[in-house]
Amino acid sequence: MKQKTFMTSLLSLALAATFSANASAADIRIGVAEALSGGAAQYGVAIRNGFQLAADEINAAGGINGNKLELVIEDEQGKKEEAINVFKKLIFQDKVLMVFGPTLSNSAQAADPIAQASKTVVFGTSNTADGITSIGDYVFRNSVTEADVLPETIKMAVKKSGIKKVAVLYGNDDVFTKSGYDNFKKALEDLKVPVTTTETFAKGDVDFKAQLTKIKASNPDAIVLSALLAEGAPIMVQARQVGLNVPIIGGNGMNSVKVFELAKGKSDGLYVGSPWSIENQSDANRKFVVAYTSRFKAAPDQFAAQSYDAMYIAAQAMRKIKLSGNLAADRAALRDTLPAVKHVGATGAFNFRRATDKAGKPAGYDAQQTAIISVTRGDKFSIEK
Amino acid sequence: MLEQQLVNALSLGCVYALFALGFTLIFGVLGVINLSHGAIFMVGAYAAEQAVARFALPLWGALLFAFVFCGLLGLAVDVLVLRPLRVRNAPHLIPMIATIGVAIILNNGIQGIFGAQSLRFPPGLVPEEVLTLGGLQVTALELGIIFFSFALMAALLMVLKKTQFGRALRAIAESPKAAYLVGINVEGLFFLTSFVAAGLGGVAGVLIGLYSNALFPLMGQPMLHKGIAVIILGGMGDIRGALIGGLFLGFAEVLSVAYIGSSMRDAVAFGLLFLILLVRPTGLFGRLQERKV
Repeated sequence: MKQKTFMTSLLSLALAATFSANASAADIRIGVAEALSGGAAQYGVAIRNGFQLAADEINAAGGINGNKLELVIEDEQGKKEEAINVFKKLIFQDKVLMVFGPTLSNSAQAADPIAQASKTVVFGTSNTADGITSIGDYVFRNSVTEADVLPETIKMAVKKSGIKKVAVLYGNDDVFTKSGYDNFKKALEDLKVPVTTTETFAKGDVDFKAQLTKIKASNPDAIVLSALLAEGAPIMVQARQVGLNVPIIGGNGMNSVKVFELAKGKSDGLYVGSPWSIENQSDANRKFVVAYTSRFKAAPDQFAAQSYDAMYIAAQAMRKIKLSGNLAADRAALRDTLPAVKHVGATGAFNFRRATDKAGKPAGYDAQQTAIISVTRGDKFSIEK
Repeated sequence: MLEQQLVNALSLGCVYALFALGFTLIFGVLGVINLSHGAIFMVGAYAAEQAVARFALPLWGALLFAFVFCGLLGLAVDVLVLRPLRVRNAPHLIPMIATIGVAIILNNGIQGIFGAQSLRFPPGLVPEEVLTLGGLQVTALELGIIFFSFALMAALLMVLKKTQFGRALRAIAESPKAAYLVGINVEGLFFLTSFVAAGLGGVAGVLIGLYSNALFPLMGQPMLHKGIAVIILGGMGDIRGALIGGLFLGFAEVLSVAYIGSSMRDAVAFGLLFLILLVRPTGLFGRLQERKV
């Protein structure tokens, strides 16, 4: 009796093994390494949702030449060390064709070299800091860098609101907001906009009135703000509370409809620039917004839009290659096909632009896209032209 | 501008003090640095947010709900985590490490339930207009926070100094064993202190969550770090110290932003703190503790 049960379970195990082996033979495994817990999770979760939505749509429409996409999703916790571990697991153990991620530029600096060394495409959808794509020719991203977007945002705000001088406020203990500040600073210098005062805050601060009172005394025409939403939204509210009613020029981190909820009633006059705007009425974007909202019961943000498009961009390259089953050859073939992909998605027309490494030699690939500048009015983004 | 900055400093200082009150109370009585206090603070904000969103509670109802909810949570932490360690006479670092575990569980639990996105209280829960008093701008909520931290401190001091119950608590703070020998219900008072301290943490979470308009799972972490600084400065376990320490940190931060530069804020504030501790290693109100044998 005991013997028989044992045999049955062995048999069913073997069956299950064959079955899953069969299933995975036709699947294309794609690694997704994003911050699903910790401080960066509010971005990582939106990014994962975008990938899932796109992958399910692609699979429902017949997959990649008949093969299904299978996402292997790992949590890199927004930490460098964890990103390295997850990349190793995905590349060497799960043997994925390519890796999407990680969420933060910091983690990308640490983990992308692993993908480069093992000749596996790594595709970032949210890494905007300088120097990520100079790691090597297997490094791709479709996130438009703030260096490209911020000058456009400032130009538009200057034109529309007659801004002569600005005050700058940024988070100085976070790579993302600090790098946003560096790009703002450079853009303001290039555009010859004088700065009345530069103030900083730290992650997790709840009170910004000291800085805002000081900014108010310097009498600027606008505040340039490099912050994530958790601090950026309270800053908008408190600015209005201390009687500082000037426009706010925000970086990437502020481009989210959450700002209308978090800074309710005090959210007017915020300029943001990005290839994606929820108000962009192109067919591709409307389809994405409707599909995302009905599936996840929340409005998408820029991060979800970028990962959604990234999956389609990669899928287009995968359709062009013939998978041989030899992982190294397939990975190299994907790398050779990807740069030529052109795509019109939720974030508009997209193509890659070759980046250079520190010595000026060609390296990875950045995004080439036009920014849409929006301003908030009455709890809505409206596109400025 | 100086007058406005002084008002800003007073309200920021009271924010820190509000958080530090429960934190210092639990140290004063139980002798445990409860590193889950930041997470309990965060849970209080989320619990009240949910109560307001679901049952349309007014502000006082939300505060009461957060107090009871976090109080019970604090009680559970004491019964499930701290008490077993007390019974086994664990060295004093062990409960501290255990509370880090509690904090991780609470942070991840809340993130699992509500996600990592920032939430906020429904608008209109507190009057949002800005009052202008002689050229100074202050919101009703700031006045409320200032009033609340002073009132809570006064109430706690009254209880500790004037009541039989407070005398028992002070006896326990002196020596749990001696208190037990003279017939004080030590375990019962430990439970009660855990309840009240966590409840105060929850109330602080609601008020500060309303103030910053952003609730997120890790919102208690930076507050915890500041809170540790505040109670060390004020004197570990001292109620007056929590308020004075909080005010000191608030004024140091705001004035260094106003006159030195915001990127130097923490350097100035914590530099001053360091200097004070050099002169008074036990903090402003701390007493030298005799070595326990």
